[in-house]
Amino acid sequence: MTDSRTTRPVLDAVRVSKHYGSNEVLKDVSLQVAAGEVVCIIGPSGAGKSTFLRCINRLEVPDAGEVWVDGEAMGFEERDGKLYELSERRLSKQRASTGMVFQHFNLFPHLTVLGNVMEGPVRVQKRPAATVRAEARAVLERVGLGDKIDSYPSQLSGGQRQRVAIARAVAMKPLFLLFDEPTSALDPELVGEVLTVMAGLAADGMTMLVVTHEMGFAREVADRVVFMADGGIVEQGTVDEVLLHPREARTQRFLERVLA
Amino acid sequence: MTTPSVRELMPQVRLRHWGRWVIAVVILVILGALAYGASQGDISWRDIPYYIISPIILTGLVNTIILAVAAQVVAVVLGVIIALMRISENPVAKWFAAAYTWLFRGLPVLLQILLWYNLALIFPRLQLGIPFTDVVFIDLSTNAVMTTFVAAFLGLMLNESAYMAEIVRAGLNSVDRGQIEAAQSIGETPLQRMWRIVLPQAMRVIIPPTGNDFINMLKGTAMASVIGYVELIRAANNIASFNLQVMETLIAAAFWYMVIVSVASVGQSYLERSFDRSDRARGGSGGSRRARRRLARDLMTPPLVRSQS
Repeated sequence: MTDSRTTRPVLDAVRVSKHYGSNEVLKDVSLQVAAGEVVCIIGPSGAGKSTFLRCINRLEVPDAGEVWVDGEAMGFEERDGKLYELSERRLSKQRASTGMVFQHFNLFPHLTVLGNVMEGPVRVQKRPAATVRAEARAVLERVGLGDKIDSYPSQLSGGQRQRVAIARAVAMKPLFLLFDEPTSALDPELVGEVLTVMAGLAADGMTMLVVTHEMGFAREVADRVVFMADGGIVEQGTVDEVLLHPREARTQRFLERVLA
Repeated sequence: MTTPSVRELMPQVRLRHWGRWVIAVVILVILGALAYGASQGDISWRDIPYYIISPIILTGLVNTIILAVAAQVVAVVLGVIIALMRISENPVAKWFAAAYTWLFRGLPVLLQILLWYNLALIFPRLQLGIPFTDVVFIDLSTNAVMTTFVAAFLGLMLNESAYMAEIVRAGLNSVDRGQIEAAQSIGETPLQRMWRIVLPQAMRVIIPPTGNDFINMLKGTAMASVIGYVELIRAANNIASFNLQVMETLIAAAFWYMVIVSVASVGQSYLERSFDRSDRARGGSGGSRRARRRLARDLMTPPLVRSQS
């Protein structure tokens, strides 16, 4: 894992900008993530953390900047030194190599747990249903839901739903996983089970970019912590550098407030 | 309070609800009076079963069903297209869909049927060609094309398609935005998202009003009698014009309306059930009962939205 970090970044966001009307949500944000790395993005609400995450898999179309995933610019085709925007259809193909876990789970309510996990591999990757089913069972087993495969999302607790959502993303065998505040919508007693699953993924070498308010998780699991405020990255570094010995006053103030 | 009460239980006299008895008796008396009155009418009840199975009435029944089903099916397809235009990003398509709905929903169906039927008055011939040239691919007499069926079909179908567009739009809008994002995040194409994720969920909202509309459509075909299309009412009138048994033939028609409307209602509740998966069932009942109920439902449910399991 250590030597993989020296290789080309699996995710390279270059000067990404986004505004809604006159409100500048992201200003020239650049971030690289190496394979196997776990990066936690922290910061006050309204800092643009979620928008940045959604710009990476182009759920949100950036106004400027490029997002390179495994040597391809998301949403574009490189030809003669220019980037030509892709159709939604071809963009979908690119997205299949990324995974995302949402704050509100967004499970498909009309499909069973197994159906949710199998949807992408079968419909998008067109892999045979039999092998996908076996894999999906294994993934669900790993998130501790092997006995729930025939349940519908409405029959599960919030923590169980989020674990299914993680399994759904993992089943696509993505290059990296984006987590958009995965525990913010959960009752406090259910946060732990989801964080445990995420820590397990991190230990297995999954590349992860996690927007979170869980400082404990960031401290335990993150290889790197990024502090964002007002649409930009204020500082980044190891857990020790950012969480324990922040240089910027903005970071210090934020940490004082959340850790108080 | 530790010592148990030594008081004997007394007999309890329940409230009698006299008001309910009074109302029930009044209703029964009124019904009895109506039945007696009806039996005194100058109507030959014994002829009605004969009319119900007479070939003329049965032809009218078949024509009614054909017109209603054809108009409804095409209206659903057209309605989906108009709804997709309405929610698209294209301002011209949006505007067109809004204008379409406004026009065809606003005009009375009977007026639309009459307008189509009389089209030959302003366009004696229907031609398809290239404007400002002599090239003509199709050239037909309007009266030959605009039969009573076609005129009634167009009037009913166009009006219904405008309503369907609104129903479908409401259904699509009812699906949470997060569902589309989740489908995007696993790489589904726009078509897959619509077909696999959005439509199955929108169906729950779309089907009940569509069923109501179809029932209205079955009855709305009666308007086609005005231009001479031989549906149930026209068939009844055709018989009555020979033997003056107006009421008997109309009651025979009424019988068939009740039959097809009842069948349509059953079909509607069946469809609704098949799209109402256990994603609505929340807590409450015990696990095994829920599982059994789901099994029963699965056995009854056609595999319209069945998952991969």
